[in-house]
Formats: sequence, structure tokens, C-alpha cells
Amino acid sequence: AMEDVSAKFVSQKISRTRWRPLPAAALQPPDVFATGSWDNEDNRISIWSAGDLVNAGLNGEYHGEPHLLCDIQHNGDVMDMQFLDQERIVVASSTGTVTIFRHHQNNQTLSANHRWEKAHYHVDQDTSCGGAACTGVVCNNPEIVTVGEDGRINLFRADQKDAVRTIDNADSSTLHAVTFLRTTEILTVNSIGQLKIWDLRQQRNEPSQIFSLAGDRVPLHCVDRHPNQQHIVATGGQDGMLSIWDIRQGTMPVSLLNAHEAEMWEVHFHPSDPDHLFTCSEDGSLWHWDTSTNVSEKPSFLHQGGRSTAYLSHSTINQSVMSAWLSNDPTKDRMEITNLIPNQTLSVNSLDVLGPCLVYGTDAEAIYVNRQLFA
Amino acid sequence: APLTDTVPPQVVPGADSSSRQLCFAWGPAEVLVCETLFGRAGGSRSRCLAGAGAAARALTDSIAGTEDGAPSSSRVFVIRRDQDIYIQTLRKLFNESHGIFMGLQRSEEELAGKSRKAQLVQVSKNYRSVIRACMEDMHQAAVSTRDPALQGQYSTQVSILSAMELIWNLCEILFVEAATAGPLLLRLLDWVRLHVCDVDSMVREVLSSESPSKHKLFWNVVDVFVLQGRMDEARHLLSKEASANPTSMNMYKILDDLMKKMPVPSLSNTQTLTELELKWQHWHEECQRYLQDGTFASSPHMESICKILLGDEDAILEKKELMTTWYHFLVTRLLYSHPTVKPMELRFYAQSSMDLFLGGESSPEPLDMILMAAFEFEMHQVIKECSIVLSNWWFVAHLTDLLDHCKLLQSHNLYFGSNMREFLLLEYASGLFSHHSLWQLGVDYFDHCPEYGRVYLELHIERIPLSTEQKALKVLRICEQRQMHEQVRSICKIMAMKALRNNRLGSALSWSIRAKDAAFATLISDRFLKDYCERGCFSDLDLIDNLGPSMLLSDRLTFLGKYREFHRLYGEKRFPEAARLLLTLMTAHIAPCSFWMTLLTDALPLLEQKEVIFSAEQTYELMRCLEDLTAGNPDKQKFQDDDIETTKVEMLRLALARNLARVIVKEGTVEGS
Repeated sequence: AMEDVSAKFVSQKISRTRWRPLPAAALQPPDVFATGSWDNEDNRISIWSAGDLVNAGLNGEYHGEPHLLCDIQHNGDVMDMQFLDQERIVVASSTGTVTIFRHHQNNQTLSANHRWEKAHYHVDQDTSCGGAACTGVVCNNPEIVTVGEDGRINLFRADQKDAVRTIDNADSSTLHAVTFLRTTEILTVNSIGQLKIWDLRQQRNEPSQIFSLAGDRVPLHCVDRHPNQQHIVATGGQDGMLSIWDIRQGTMPVSLLNAHEAEMWEVHFHPSDPDHLFTCSEDGSLWHWDTSTNVSEKPSFLHQGGRSTAYLSHSTINQSVMSAWLSNDPTKDRMEITNLIPNQTLSVNSLDVLGPCLVYGTDAEAIYVNRQLFA
Repeated sequence: APLTDTVPPQVVPGADSSSRQLCFAWGPAEVLVCETLFGRAGGSRSRCLAGAGAAARALTDSIAGTEDGAPSSSRVFVIRRDQDIYIQTLRKLFNESHGIFMGLQRSEEELAGKSRKAQLVQVSKNYRSVIRACMEDMHQAAVSTRDPALQGQYSTQVSILSAMELIWNLCEILFVEAATAGPLLLRLLDWVRLHVCDVDSMVREVLSSESPSKHKLFWNVVDVFVLQGRMDEARHLLSKEASANPTSMNMYKILDDLMKKMPVPSLSNTQTLTELELKWQHWHEECQRYLQDGTFASSPHMESICKILLGDEDAILEKKELMTTWYHFLVTRLLYSHPTVKPMELRFYAQSSMDLFLGGESSPEPLDMILMAAFEFEMHQVIKECSIVLSNWWFVAHLTDLLDHCKLLQSHNLYFGSNMREFLLLEYASGLFSHHSLWQLGVDYFDHCPEYGRVYLELHIERIPLSTEQKALKVLRICEQRQMHEQVRSICKIMAMKALRNNRLGSALSWSIRAKDAAFATLISDRFLKDYCERGCFSDLDLIDNLGPSMLLSDRLTFLGKYREFHRLYGEKRFPEAARLLLTLMTAHIAPCSFWMTLLTDALPLLEQKEVIFSAEQTYELMRCLEDLTAGNPDKQKFQDDDIETTKVEMLRLALARNLARVIVKEGTVEGS
């Protein structure tokens, strides 16, 4: 419901919003998130409190608008951002630099913890100019993978000064996003509509598999993997199309779903309730894709435990062998989709979901927190 | 020229106009001014800059940046027209009001009559609440900063925002809601209560004291309540005093009764104006009686209150300090003398109230003139005065747009093209475009300027620096959605050139494919082919192998894709298919002539295979290709001079002849072929 959404105008265009991950045994909803800005003369990384906690404990609820805990200046546009752990955030810059910031929670300050200058660059790393925008970053503590406009893939370790592995010219077009498929494999998407799998154990500088959109090679901007069924991958493209891929078979997407009218900037499966998926776009909309009604009607063949469902008591993780995402006919299987922001005009650049909470940021210089996604 | 005739000339601070002549160049939202080496003789000619500034309707020119060369060299000044655009805290105002503006444009007249008016009033209130929110932020900033200069800046901004809200609110009552006699007075009372805040601290102090009636400012607070028509609060305070003075209980009771009985206009239609006037007349006479028979003679405080209730101008004017402004005086006067004032009568009372209140001691300030113009229903005068006084276009642009949606400005056209609404929106949006970050907001404003919006957008959008591909994509999307083909082509070309300079052939190609720029695709294909010829292998195979339908964009790109396909077939040892494709590339003239020698050389290993691959017919065609190349080539000289080339041709001829021999034998031995 709309009244559960609180908004704050922050006088900077927001390019990324990320919830701080919760400790393993946490029962409370997420309370702190980070934002990064772009296209300002002075860009910043900011840490926010989602609101004031009323009634601590299981039924804790947040009220009021987000308020700033601390911020720090960032050189260049924030292109991507990911929490490494509870305290550290890895930030990708348009200057090609990758920085780890540390959030000191005791005195609410931010500091630059480590920096890889010009991790992405054109032509020559040592010349004064020539940094290439780092477009995507993904972490699996302590490993950090970055991709960029230079078509380069870097593998860093948080505790090592130099890159562990660099694949120069991994892609001849711009790499727009990266995510982990498994601990040693990554997925990248590029500006000619390709989805590639890279096995970082292999010394070969070639992808192990290439998937591709048919027809016009529409650029892909974002990628996410199903948290439990690793063969299901979602990507978002320049035309706003959501593509679902089954990387076990074929080289083309299983289904193409249309909702956005312009670039899809981010796609996220709900981490603990992956029947739900969220996408946001340049057209100013944010869609919630819900296949849960469908799954509950099908018999469940398999049940995997192990993931925390503490704050999702109303919907247990129901993993049927046939995932609703892989069905060829989404209309038949009654996928419900809802636009969570009617009447927004400027781009929604980023979103993040965790537990019952959604946070998103826009070019209209506002951040929004929805604390009751499934209410 | 309603907006231009009274703008004062601007002086560029720091520009040495006494010893140097200044020159300038127009930009889309700013003027570049520099000192020249000429005109050292005197400063008289430098004044032309001031004139130019005025012609630009430059309200608040400021130096945004200077560039220093050698100590004696000229400096370049960037003069911007809209100063407030650069205030960080106001970005909230710009962004939030953008949403309201867009909502208003979308709401186009689907509703009629009353509900449409309610909708427009709501829009107006939304704008005001954004101004108020901004004011609070600014106030917080002023309180929390320690830098006195900054504090001063913030405080100035608070007072400007507060004035903006005051004007807007009055315009809302008079123009947007167009309140009629009766409700009009109630709205004006609300307006005064909301904006006259100078006495609030005094009221708080008295009310929070242990015994309010003993406080030295007690009667002041009672008066404030009475002057603002806050009868219930005034009576509540009086009751405290009454209980402390049992001797004058009767007097209090009478005053309390008068205050209670005072007839007020109601917002509902339960009573007609005539009924109200009748009741009011009775009440007025009752007050008059009590005053004349000396009921309050023993208490000057209560007597003066009774005089105020009777609308006695001198009694009200005695409380000047408690009203602080002439418009408060006006509204109090109306409340107690003309509660059913009609909108068109306001101008007389307003003018006389101002004259009486200022009493020749001080002259009216710009804000007074603006409010006076509003009371006179001179909407254009309000907008003109605001344009001159305020240091931003935000206010006039949004207010004018709202009034235009109320259908109040339609008759007014400007001599310089579009109407006033569009003119002001264009100015505001141009200011947004000159800002590093706010340019995205400007796009939507231009979209709603039917006459010149498109041209302005075209001119401005090309000047957005494309620092990253992501930003370029956002700009591109804006252009594509509006079918701005030329700008789309130019953005893609800029990005393709950048990629090419960075040796990112793949990216360059995808940019030219997006713009459907065949010439550039050809250029890039040639770079690929050149790389191949130099290195003997292809770069960017991932791209070339996946060209798809975009391969058809240019002939050269088609050739590149097909030639790569040949290599793939050859690599997969599908020789007959490879041979057929290779031949087609030449006979169908897909390959550029300059590349034929390379293709023929590629045929060599196929000719040397154990299996015969080229048929007799194909071999003849290959031979013809070779002869065409060597005979028809205008650079025949080149082949004869170059030993390697000559050897190549000889080797090819030999291989072709041998292949022909083998194929004749083979085809001869196979029955029927």
C-alpha cells in the first residue's frame, strides 16, 4: 500500500541503493541502507537509517522518513555498489576506480578502506587520462569481480593489493553488469545482447558459454540469478524487456516478458522468496513480478530448507521442480505484475529488496522505502 | 514588453570595464563575457554590456566561474541568468515541484466546474507545501551551521521563500479559488494567521507563563487574537483574567457575550449574504450601545477591544505593532467593517489600508507592490513584479502555468512569439539545462511548451556532456522518444568516435548500429579488415560472429560478417561450403576489390587440398577473378614492382591450373557428371 512508502528528497541524483545485509540470525527487518549518486559535481556515498524503530523485537516496525547517518565524497559517478559484509561497501566509479568504503558504526563515519585506481581503463593504464567507467561490481567476500566499458573483467580479493586475475578485452562491447553464478563462475551481460558464463578457474580468456538474444541484438543492462535454482537467470534489456534464461539448455531466452517502455536498469529476485522479482526502469516504473499464486497451486516435489525465512512466515519457500519462471506461457500461469510507482516521470535507477523491505532511488533526486512489500 | 522595460542594468563584478573593453557571446542560458585588449582609452563603451544584460532579461547575473591566465591577461566570465538554480537546498523544490507540474499537465480538463476548481486549488496547495518544506529545511540549515556567512545566506533564502509562499497563497485565494464574498474574508483571515508570525513567540511566552493574566504582555496577546479574529482563543484568555477580577465580572461577561455572538461568514451555503449582513448589523448596533453607555469605561483595554469590534480605524491603527503589516491591517479592517467584501471592492480597501498604515512614514517595498497588484487583480503586474524582484524563474514559471490552467491568462500574447506561460517556462527550463545535474527536469518543461519547446530542447540537449555510456543512453532515450533523429545520430556518432579512439571497435560498431549509420559502420568494418590483414587473425570475434540482422546495415559490414563465416567454415573443415562462399564474395561483388587478392590467397590452401574442392566451373571463375584483378587493376604497376605480389600471382596461376587438371580428370572419371 502507498502509505507504507516513505520518501525523501536528497538533492542528488541516486544511481544505486543497497540494503546493508543482515547478520545470519537476525529477526528484524533491514534498517540501514546505502546510496550512491551520479551526475553531480560532487558525488557521494551515503548511509541512511530507514526510519525509527518502534517496538523492538519480532514485530518491530519502522516509522518516519529515512535519515542520513553519514556520507563521504566519491570521485566520479557511482556506477554500481555492493556490500562486501556488514561494514564494507565496494563502489564502482565512472573514473574506472574501484573503492572499498568502511562504515564505522560506532561513530557513524565513512572512510575509504582500499582503492584500486583505474581498475578499468582504455589503451594504457598509466597515462593520466583514459580511465574507463567500471559499470558493474559483485562481491562474494573476500572476492570482488568488476566489469567495465573497456570490456575488461577484474577479479580482486579484498585483502590483496593487486588484481588476482584480469581478462583484458574479455568482451569487444561494453560489459554492463556482472553476477556470480557459482563461487567460481560469473555471468556477464553486454551491449550486443549477449549473456556469457565465465569460469574463473580456467586460464583461457574465453567465456565457457555464450547466450544471445535473437533478432536485433538489444543491449542487456542487468542480470540476476535465481537464489536457489541456479540455472534460472533473469536479464533486463534496453527495450525494457525481461528475459528469463535456462542456462542448462539452448542459447536463447526461455521467455521474454514486456512491461517497461525503456531501459531496464536493475532486476532482482527476492533473495528469500524468489517467486517474486523486481525490476526498475528509465521509464520511471518499478514492477513487481509475482509467480507465487501459480506455484502454490502446483504440487511440490522437492523442498529445500536452509534459507532464513524468519520474516516471511506467510509464504514458505516452495520449490517445485518446474519453476514458474521457466514456463513458456506466462499468461497461462497467471503471473501477476504490479507497477509500484504510478505517475513517476523520471528514471528509477536502482532498487534493492531484502525481507519485507524495498528501497529505490530516482533521477528525481528522491529515495523511497517500502517496508511492507507483501502486506 | 511587459517584462523588459524596467530591468536595471547589471554590473559584472570583477570585470575591469574602466580600462578594458568587454566583449560577449550569447549561450543558451548564459553569457560569456571577456575583457579585450581594445578600448583602453576609456570605459564609456563598456557600458554596452550592461545594456546587453538587461536585454537578456538577466535578473541576477553572477560570476559562476573565472578563468585566470597570466596576471595581465583577460579573464572570461560566465554570466548565468538564474542564480537560485545553484542553491543546493532548493534542488528539493525543483524536483518535487516538477512532479506536481507534470501532474497538472496530465490532469488536462477531464473534470468540469467545481471538481476542476478543487483540483487546481489542490495543485496550488501542493506547490505551497513544497515551498514550506524547503523553508523548513533552509531554516534547519541556518540553525545548524556555524559559519555566519552561510547562516546569513540561509536566512535570506528563508525570507525569500516565505515571501514567495505569501504571494502564492494570496494568488491562490484570489485567482485560483476565486473566493466569493463571505468565504473570501475567511480565506484572507487564514492567510494572515499563517503568515504573520512575528507575534507568535510573544503569544507562546504569555500562554506558557505560570499565570498568563499577570503577564505584562497579557493584553497584547488578547489584542493579537482579536485582531486576527481568533475569538475563541481571545475569550479563553479573557476568562482567566475575569476569574481573577470578580469585581468586573459583569463587564467581562458582556464583552465575552459580544465576542461569542459576532456573526461570521460560513463556508457552507446555509445562510445568505443578506442574512449575514442583517445579523451583523444587529450585532454592530449592540456593540455600539455598550460602548456609548460606558459599560467598558473602567477598563481602557476592554474599551479598545470593543472599539476594534466596531471597526474603529483609529483604535485598530493603535495596534500597529501587533499587526506588523498593512495587509494584516486590511484584513482586520475588513473583518470588523466589511465582512461581506466582494473581490472587486478589495482594491479600494487595500490601497487605503496601505496608505493609512504606512502613513507617509515609509514607502512601499517591492513585496507591498506585488501584493497590492494582486488585490487589484492585476495578474500580469504580479508576474512582472515577481520576475524583477525574485532571483529565480521557478516562482513565476510555475505560478503562471497554474494561472494559465485556470484559464486566466489566455488573452495575453507577447510580441516576441509565444505566450507568457511558455516564455517563462522556457526561461526556467533553460536555467535547469545550464545546471550540471538538473538538466533532466528541463526536458519535461520544454515538452509542454508547444511553440518553441522543441527547438530549445534540440539546442540544449546537444550541449549535455556525455561522460559515460550510461549518461549517453539516457540522453539518447530522451531524443529517441521525441523523434529527434539528428540529435540521435550526433550522439551515437560522438560515442562511436570515442569508442574508436579507445580502440573499442565492438562498442563503436554497436553505437553506429543503433544510429543506423551505414557510413560509420563501413569505416569500422574497414578497421576490422585492416587489423585482420596486418595480424592475420580477427579481433572481437564475439561481436563479428553475432552480428545478426545488423550485418545488413552496410555492404562492408555484410562482407566482414560473411568473410568471418568463411573462416569459420574453413576452421570446421567444411571445405566445399567454404569454397562456395569465398567465390560468391567475389562474383557477387560483396568483397571490395582491394580485398580480392587476400581472398584469392585464402583460396590457395583449398586448391592444395588432397580432395578436389573447386569444380571446373568454379575454377574458371576463380581464374577470371584473378585475371580481372591483374588486368583491370589501375595499379598494375604495383604488381610488377612488387616481387612478393608477382610470386603470389604466379603461385595462384599454377595452383589454379593444377586444380583444373585434377578436376577435369575427376569429373571425367565420374560417370555422368
